[in-house]
Order: sequence, then C-alpha cells, then structure tokens
Amino acid sequence: MTTVQTATGAAQTMVLNMGPQHPSTHGVLRVLLELDGETVVKAVPDLGYLHTGIEKTCEAKTYSQAITLTDRIDYLAPLSNNLGYCLAVEKLLDLQVPKRAQYIRVLLTEMTRIASHLVWLGTHAIDLGAMSVFLYCFREREEILKIFEMVAGQRMMTSYFRIGGLALEPPTGWLKAVERFVNMMPGRIDEYEDLLTRNRIWLSRTQGIGCISAEDAVALSMTGPTLRAAGLAYDNRKLFPYSSYEEFDFAVPVRTEADCYARYMIRVAEMRESVKIIRQAMAKIPAEGPIKAEAPGIVPPQREKMKTEMEALIYHFKIFTEGFSPAPGEAYVTIESPRGELGVFVASDGSPKPLRVHFRTPSFVNLQALPKLAEGRLIADVVACIGTIDIVLGEVDR
Amino acid sequence: MENAEANANVVAERLRGWNPRAVESAGEAHGETTIVVPRELLRGAAERLREDSELQFNLLSDITCVDRFPVEPRFELNYHLTSIPRGAKIRLRVRVPGDNPAADSVTGVWPGANWMEREIFDLFGVRFNGHPDLRRILLPDDWEGHPLRKDFPVEGFR
Repeated sequence: MTTVQTATGAAQTMVLNMGPQHPSTHGVLRVLLELDGETVVKAVPDLGYLHTGIEKTCEAKTYSQAITLTDRIDYLAPLSNNLGYCLAVEKLLDLQVPKRAQYIRVLLTEMTRIASHLVWLGTHAIDLGAMSVFLYCFREREEILKIFEMVAGQRMMTSYFRIGGLALEPPTGWLKAVERFVNMMPGRIDEYEDLLTRNRIWLSRTQGIGCISAEDAVALSMTGPTLRAAGLAYDNRKLFPYSSYEEFDFAVPVRTEADCYARYMIRVAEMRESVKIIRQAMAKIPAEGPIKAEAPGIVPPQREKMKTEMEALIYHFKIFTEGFSPAPGEAYVTIESPRGELGVFVASDGSPKPLRVHFRTPSFVNLQALPKLAEGRLIADVVACIGTIDIVLGEVDR
Repeated sequence: MENAEANANVVAERLRGWNPRAVESAGEAHGETTIVVPRELLRGAAERLREDSELQFNLLSDITCVDRFPVEPRFELNYHLTSIPRGAKIRLRVRVPGDNPAADSVTGVWPGANWMEREIFDLFGVRFNGHPDLRRILLPDDWEGHPLRKDFPVEGFR
C-alpha cells in the first residue's frame, strides 16, 4: 500500500493491490486500484500469473494430442473448448461429422453451459455475501459432472470430442440420467431465483452497477452475456450456426439495463434455454448410428476392423505414431462458449503438427472492459463487476 | 458460407474503390474470406471496413500472428472481423517482415484491439505504432525473447 500524487496533484489517492490472492478475483487476477477514499479512480488489470504457454505447447503436439490441452484453457467449460478446437481442425480438413455426433455434442455443450453458469452464479453470490446459493448451485453441478463422468470417464478434463466425432459411444442408459437432470433443473433454477431475483441486498449490490453501452461493448470486442445484457442479441449459435444449432429452437435472452443485475438475469434465462435445447437434442439423437466421421487416416479405425483388415491396422499405427497432416491453410471458428465468443484459429503448414493454434478466449477480451465498468465506483462494486464479466483465469492467461 | 466468394468480391471491390492499391489479394478457402492488404494501408483499410455502410465490420473478433520463420516476410497478422448487422465475417491479413516487425495499431478503430496487440507484442515481438500502452501482458516485464516465435525453443531455453 502506498500513497501517491494524482495527475493533478490536488488530492491524495492510494494505490491498492487487489489480488493476485484475493478470493473475489476468481483465481490469480491482480487489479491495481487507484483509490480516492473508497472510490476507484483507476483500475489496471495485471494478468499472466497463470500463463502456461498452451499455444506454444500445441505447436509441439499432433492435432489430436492438442485436444487435451484445450480442456485446461477454460476448466469450467472444457467441452466448449473441445468443440471449438475440433470444429476448427475439422474445417481445415473439410471433414463432415455425422449428425448423431453433432447432436450429442450440442447436448453436452449445453450441459457445460449450465455447469459453467452454475459455478458463476454460486461464486458470484458468495462474492456478494449470499453463501447458500453456492451450495445449491454446486449440488446441481455435481449431477452434470456425474453425467460427464458417465459419458467420458472424466468429470472435468473430459477431452470427449475428438477430431471427426466423439471419443467413444456413450453408455447405455445415459439419456435416462440426462432426462432426470432436465426434469429436475427448471425447479432448481426457480429455487435460485427465489433466493436472489427479488432479494433486496442482491438488488442493491447489482442494479445500476457496472453499466456499459452496447456501442462501447462492441467497440471493446465484448461478447456473450455481457453484450446481450447491453441490448445486442449477438449469439454465434444463431448468427453463425455450427454443429447443427440451426435445427434447434431456442431464444437468445436480451436485456437493455446493461448492469450486473441484467447479466445475472441473462445467465439465468440462458440456463432455462439450455434445458430446452437439451430436451430437443434428446429427442433428435438417433438410438444408433456412427459417432465418428468416415475418414481413414484421420479418425482411428474400429477395434474389430483392426483385427481383420490390414489397412485399418496401418492407419491406426500411422495415426498414433505420426498423426495426420492437413493441407496447408488456416481455419478460424467461433462458437458461443458460456462466457462469450470463443474463437479458435488453426494454421497448418502441411506437417502433422499445427503451425499455430490460437484461442480467442472470451474471458481475456471481456476483462479488458473492467476499467470501464469499475472506474468511478466503489471497491465493493469492483467485486461485482469482476464477477459478472465471468472470467476464468486459465482462459485469460492460457 | 456459400456466399463467401461473393463476400470476398464485395469487400475487395469496396476497398479498391477507396484505394486502388488496398487489396494485394483476395481469396476464399474453407468458406472463409481472406483479404491481404499492404502493411502501410492497414489502418486506413481497417477504418474503411468498419465505417463503410455496406461492410460494417463493427466487431473485431480477434487478432493473431503466425510466424512463418524462416520464410520472409516472416510474420502474418490476421484480423478476424465480424459484421454483426450483416452477419458476415472476414479475415484481414498483413504481412510483416522479420527485420522490422511493426505495424500500425488499430486501437483507434476498434478499442478492443488494445490487449490483443499487447499479446502479440508480448509473444511475437511485433510492435504496433500508435498503440497507447504497448507493454508485455502475459509474461513478466523482464522476460527475454518472444516465446511464440519459431526460433524460441519449446523447452530448455535456459
């Protein structure tokens, strides 16, 4: 803590470090706050405490190996990252994924969206002093993680989507578990709303806090619930549909207040929409059918074929020793992750390892608006602003 | 996606209308449009793409750099733009040589470019002229080298 002169030299302000070990910064974000009393004069985010060089590491892995790294970027929405990366590589290879796999991908990424929003709601409520909501949210998130474990064998770092389709056939009866979940979830969302939506403390901590106009938000490249809370219905699932989203019927919640409360309402509404999408996906997923594209040399062959067909055995050996080499070129795919627009850029130079993999992560870009949201407000509002931008530090720093 | 080629033509035409030298090449691959502009016209082309009423690329989705070492010009800056009103996307590309890795900043056109350019400066060492706050963003200030360059080893650099 130090005391410094302001630019004008008139008033004394204080510079305070918020983070990198501050519970409300959701990880290792450090914000340098210049304060006049309790009012924030200037906020400067300082990043990089969790930088692990994932993009550099991807260049040293084969295309398939890099999938496991994508889980670790946004560790609260691993399947969204898997999807973005797989779509980008599939675009580079001009690969068609079977419909059955596409619907399963949609179902699971929507579950990821709910899980991610639940963590957001729970931690954000704790930040603002409502402890019990956290316990409610994690109760439901546990059910989602159980389904992930059932399908992928992993609760969090699933790596379930692979280039050309899915890693393995989902187990028998998994849709029953999904059905139990979607039947339960709307009632549970009502419970959160009972606790918060008309709660006077919640309202006074979130209404009118952290406002940003739609124009400013777009200029700062903000996307996701934050942009939609400012009145702009920009959603990649609608505007640039991927993985058959165009076949699903869902609404894009929009509000115009652009404050923390609006962002809360948007995310709650999104959870309800996700439940709707999951229901539709359940009805659409055919009971049987391929879950991987027909692409020898890229998608590993079936076990049975390897035992009877020489070519399948050779392909299997080639895929796992050397990998596959897409033709030189680039592909950029954007998907709607729970936090906003997740862009994945993959460039190939014709070798089995990517020339460049870049993740345009929504947390990194959205966090840029923090000074705009927080400056001129109280320290306590900084907590609310960081919370409603919904950052994941793994994704900010990569 | 089927109109990507038409999109490339429209954008290239509008840019050529502004400056005949503005488009080095325009191409379409995997349903994506790529427009290559000369380095010195980057800032002007960016303004055009944002302000032109027939283009309206109001959202700067991303900026990335690709290092094609040892090929020269070594760096390739890719600007991924989205027009929310038109529902269109485009990739704007600028080639930057290794001996003078610098380009004009587009923070004046899209303020959101600020951190993206800082990231590229940090990891590739490409400077952006006119950037308001060009500092390292992910790595410590005293870090030596730029890790995403191809001549920077994946491990064992120290």
